[in-house]
Amino acid sequence: MSGDGSVTVRDLSVRFGRGSQAVHAVRGVSFSVAPGESFGLVGESGSGKSTVLRVLAGLNQDWQGTATISGLDVASGDRRLPRIAQMVFQDPYASLHPRHTVDRTLAEPLAIHGIGDASRRVEQALMAVGLGPGFRFRYPNQLSGGQRQRVAIARALMLEPSVLLLDEPTSALDVSVQAEILNLLHRLRRERGLTMLLVSHNLAVIAHMCDRLAVMNRGAIVEEMAVAALRRGEPREAYTRQLLLASLGYDRAVAASMVSYD
Amino acid sequence: MSGVVGWRARLLSDTPASGREAALGRLYRGWLQFKANRLALVGLVIVLGLVVVALLAPWLVTHDPYRQNLAQRLLPPGAMGHLLGTDEFGRDILSRVIIGARVTLYIVALVALIAAPIGLIVGTAAGYLGGAVDAVLMRLTDVFLAFPSLILALAFVAALGPGIENAVIAIALTSWPPYARIARAETLTVRKSDFIAAAQIQGAGTARILFRHVMPLCISSLTVRVTLDMAGIILTAAGLGFLGLGAQPPMAEWGAMVSAGRRYILDQWWVATIPGLAIFVVSLAFNLLGDGLRDVLDPRQAR
Repeated sequence: MSGDGSVTVRDLSVRFGRGSQAVHAVRGVSFSVAPGESFGLVGESGSGKSTVLRVLAGLNQDWQGTATISGLDVASGDRRLPRIAQMVFQDPYASLHPRHTVDRTLAEPLAIHGIGDASRRVEQALMAVGLGPGFRFRYPNQLSGGQRQRVAIARALMLEPSVLLLDEPTSALDVSVQAEILNLLHRLRRERGLTMLLVSHNLAVIAHMCDRLAVMNRGAIVEEMAVAALRRGEPREAYTRQLLLASLGYDRAVAASMVSYD
Repeated sequence: MSGVVGWRARLLSDTPASGREAALGRLYRGWLQFKANRLALVGLVIVLGLVVVALLAPWLVTHDPYRQNLAQRLLPPGAMGHLLGTDEFGRDILSRVIIGARVTLYIVALVALIAAPIGLIVGTAAGYLGGAVDAVLMRLTDVFLAFPSLILALAFVAALGPGIENAVIAIALTSWPPYARIARAETLTVRKSDFIAAAQIQGAGTARILFRHVMPLCISSLTVRVTLDMAGIILTAAGLGFLGLGAQPPMAEWGAMVSAGRRYILDQWWVATIPGLAIFVVSLAFNLLGDGLRDVLDPRQAR
């Protein structure tokens, strides 16, 4: 375990493109996540929630503001960052190298950081995500979506990070598999004391996984609250109430009453 | 029998016991798919035949391919123990075609070994790094692509001097740009993918990502293209030989043999036709093999 696992974001702004074509994807977002806490970012498509996550993962280099993980500046590209924060992607069909076996995918982060004892660690990681040793030398095309996502989670855990960045980890999966993956993440968080930053458009997933959440719309945080308050149905903002209604499933009357908050 | 069933079951197993077994299983599935294509199999057999003939050439020849015998010049096929006749110096054509297989294979292999890695490295670096690196490398590629390859090879050979090594260098220098283009196109489709992003988050350096993550994905389409280009390489080499800029006499090179037989084409047709047929058959075989490989390795373009 490396670092204390806190995450702080202050006045984060991200723009894509230049001049009149520029899109202000994230506008002055601030939040902080305590070590061991599970924090959710909710919002509809295009609200900028995934962009925040990609900035924290170091995948987006062009941004303003401050972002730190375990006190390390994300912008510095510190070599310790990969061992503190890792990410799980939305689409398990795109996040595994098609020509690498599960074994090679899991051993790669160890090789990069010169960590020995790869064989035993790979086996342990597979066990931890509920996959038997029979999966070790398969290629991704021999795995189901849920199995792929388990491998992706195992890969994120290979470097024993203290922060896990989750980008809609279940939205590409079947409903039945979604619950399995959420339970797996729940268990891993409890066992390893992981800090989790979960991005989702699904309030039910956030309510299941997180302690606190922030609602994003049009690149800004609309409201921040505890999940307990969400459960009691006490959102302050009209936008959050609408998102809550939408997450209960499709209803003709609800759909007709939807207002645009653009 | 149970032994055969045993290894097939292991190769096709969903739970390979090691990385090597997984890779072999993948190869075996590809082979099963390749096997279904009859024409590709014909191509493979001819290419393997060429390799065997080239390896065993000194033991297969019936006569010394370089020994001249002016008393027996321009004999027709079948005469005096010369199965395919003799050329203008009385040398056995069959023996010269067999020895010529070595030269052809040498050229093809060397060109592939030089041009494919250059194209792969230039293309993946340009595609992955983008920006100025991409602009410089691709404009350089464009310069090479702007010339017809035989003309450029001619210019190189003219500058370097005739000979088989210089012909190889000239052909290699003119044949890497298409490989760079293919490798760059493949790289552009994967550089933004999540599995490359995952490698970046893990802290992998640029060289590691290029060699271990990007290049393995470019190799299959490149293999197909190189195989299909082999026919062109053979023809270019033969063309240089025909023009007297490739292999030098008395070396038995198919293109040079056609060139030498050209003067007798009306009266002694076999002198030029037989090495020409050899070029034709081997080029066709590489094309069939390449088509078959494409069906297996590049499912997007298949059928």
